[in-house]
Amino acid sequence: MTRKQKRLSVIAGGLAFLGAATGLTFYALGQKASYFYMPADLTTASLQPGQRIRLGGLVEKGTVERGQGATVAFSVTDNQKDVKVSYTGILPDLFREGQGVITEGSFDANGVFVADSVLAKHDENYMPKDVADRLKAEGVWEESKSE
Amino acid sequence: MVETGHFALVLAFALSLVQTIVPLFGARLNNQRLMAVGGPVAVSGFALTALSFVALASAYASSDFSVASVWENSHSLQPLIYKITGTWGNHEGSMLLWVLILTFFGSLVAAFGSNLPATLRANVLAVQGAIGAAFFLFILATSNPFTRLNPAPIEGRDLNPILQDLGLAVHPPLLYLGYVGFSICFSFSVAALIEGRIDASWARWVRPWTLVAWMFLTGGIAMGSYWAYYELGWGGFWFWDPVENASFMPWLAGTALLHSAIVMEKRSALKIWTLLLAILTFSLSLLGTFLVRSGVLTSVHAFATDPTRGIFILCILTLFIGGSLALFALRASRLTAGGLFHPISREGALVLNNLFLTTATATVFVGTLYPLAVEAFSADKISVGAPFFNLTFGPLMVPLLVMVPFGPLLAWKRGDVFAAAQRLMVAFAAALLVTLVTALFIDGASVFAALGVGLAVWLILGALTDLAVKSGFGNVATGIMVRRLLGLPRSVFGTAFAHLGLGLTTLGIVGTLCFGTEKILSMHAGETVELSGHTLRFVGLYPAQGPNYSEDRGRFELIGASGSAIGEMSSAKRFYPVRQMTTTESGIKTLWFSQLYLSLGDEGKDGSVVVRLWWKPLVTLIWGGGLVMMAGAAMSLMDRRLRVGAPSRRRRQASAVTSAGLP
Repeated sequence: MTRKQKRLSVIAGGLAFLGAATGLTFYALGQKASYFYMPADLTTASLQPGQRIRLGGLVEKGTVERGQGATVAFSVTDNQKDVKVSYTGILPDLFREGQGVITEGSFDANGVFVADSVLAKHDENYMPKDVADRLKAEGVWEESKSE
Repeated sequence: MVETGHFALVLAFALSLVQTIVPLFGARLNNQRLMAVGGPVAVSGFALTALSFVALASAYASSDFSVASVWENSHSLQPLIYKITGTWGNHEGSMLLWVLILTFFGSLVAAFGSNLPATLRANVLAVQGAIGAAFFLFILATSNPFTRLNPAPIEGRDLNPILQDLGLAVHPPLLYLGYVGFSICFSFSVAALIEGRIDASWARWVRPWTLVAWMFLTGGIAMGSYWAYYELGWGGFWFWDPVENASFMPWLAGTALLHSAIVMEKRSALKIWTLLLAILTFSLSLLGTFLVRSGVLTSVHAFATDPTRGIFILCILTLFIGGSLALFALRASRLTAGGLFHPISREGALVLNNLFLTTATATVFVGTLYPLAVEAFSADKISVGAPFFNLTFGPLMVPLLVMVPFGPLLAWKRGDVFAAAQRLMVAFAAALLVTLVTALFIDGASVFAALGVGLAVWLILGALTDLAVKSGFGNVATGIMVRRLLGLPRSVFGTAFAHLGLGLTTLGIVGTLCFGTEKILSMHAGETVELSGHTLRFVGLYPAQGPNYSEDRGRFELIGASGSAIGEMSSAKRFYPVRQMTTTESGIKTLWFSQLYLSLGDEGKDGSVVVRLWWKPLVTLIWGGGLVMMAGAAMSLMDRRLRVGAPSRRRRQASAVTSAGLP
């Protein structure tokens, strides 16, 4: 092989490699990215049982029930619709009724959202950004009192 | 004192402008006196920034709540150590730490760069000054840490409780030393592009800087991972959180740079590529700073929510990344290509390493920024988490790790894969044996788990094989072998240790992910729980009072085979009244390299408590491996060849060239 051919084959090999990696990346984005929904979206969205999504909203007041062992049930609401969520594990420190929360998981056959992770990354004047943006758009957001 | 700090910061900004302009023109006009301005200015700039930092730290230490930043992030009841570390536990202070480290590195170039060609040194200092100027302006314009409050509040609002931990004392400084350390490589690259040539001293200077930055970044990431592991109470060591990815991308690119710089130094090949990597690595550091500091992400780290800051950093980002890449496009063709090599050679292996590492960086980049892009251009919100990275990053890493032991055993220019494979036979046989034993005799081991353990053993033994081969193990008498081993260049040990650390980290990850077990249950006092052969008894819940918090501490006893207690563990729910925040303090018991991890949940009505318990086999190796990698980098730095200022023929030659260039 001449020097030029050698160089071309190296470049072609590199490009093929990059192409494969790019293909894999976009395949993975299509398969593994989970979309964010609020309860009101779920009437229009067609979801198969088992499809992973993120469900965000407020923890509805008075719905948190501790069941057997470490299983907790609560409802997530956006003040239009609410969805029953079941979660087994330790709730985050910042989990509270009436506060914003993001749960990740999928619906079971009975229409209960089984979450395997619950995020409540907020303090007194901070909510998950996803939830806050949507709640503002829905008009149910109460601006925190100015200091 | 506070005003002194503010004034020093303004002066440092002014000096950074001088440092940018004067040496740059000096280098253009080849004026020695103008070029010589750079050094002293860089050192004084560092001194002023340090003064400014000390002023802020003392305001924090003395709880001076008339300073807005102190009021927002400190409390008089906090222990002194958290008052001091709180200095950089907030946006303003951490940016000040950023420029402090930047000017520190700049002054190091000024202090130890006397053996550099004068124009190169001047240009490097000028670029360093420009980065400094941009960030000083950012701090002064949008995030001034010295803003006063009038009237001064009586009490502060407390530091975020999650940050009230020793991790804050170690993690950000280490991470910044790494992030900002790459600025030197960047400045050298841009300076080389301005001059339009790269000479031998360039490569000899860039490699140690890359090593220093890489070493600290490795430590910073490992420390951050351990901190998140014990502090957040979720038992995870890596979450593929955008903030973590922000530090991981420069690490991956920096690792690639580290390897390509070796080729450049030894064989003066891959010059242009190395230059580009140096630019990209620091660009990713800047991107990381942008992601974390602008508040575009939702995360514990993103304290800042002010969009003006985001736009300002975005401008800095565009200016430096765009500027340097444009310069690269204009000038790169002027740089001469280096030596030739056969595809199967040490160089070839390092190129392959670069190909994999940069592609891996790109996948992390896409996974981190794609959700932001989707959010910006459509109404959809998506999240990209571990499943994505497992599917993209994983398949890229596995072949790379398989190839690692081959690299150091291949010769420069033209290598022999079969000879290298022969030398690795023992390591391969041992890895295969371990894989089979794991698959057949350990309960619950999947094929993947067994292969993972085998891969880790392959890496560890591969690294040791490198040392054994190079010291002539098996071919010469033991005495000669030991003498040869001790006589090997430190950089050979550096490589071996870094690769050994990689193997240990892999072993830790595989052990934790594939063999870890967990249980969630609600317990009453006196009950016992068994997990992977360890029995724990819940003693009870005891309230306690800390300096600025109250806690309910759950005490547990580890029960031995005889039925008596052989150890204690405890986990607590802490309540910080000032911020009205609750945190979980996890309980950890280290048994050899493995850990038992305990996290407390909510209290039930009947007095029971939800308890989550993990058994994490070999988990400490994840961070232990990081420490071994750092040790490898440190050994490489001590290599005679790289020791800055070591009397060597090269240096005399270099200074001869410099003095010959004088008018």
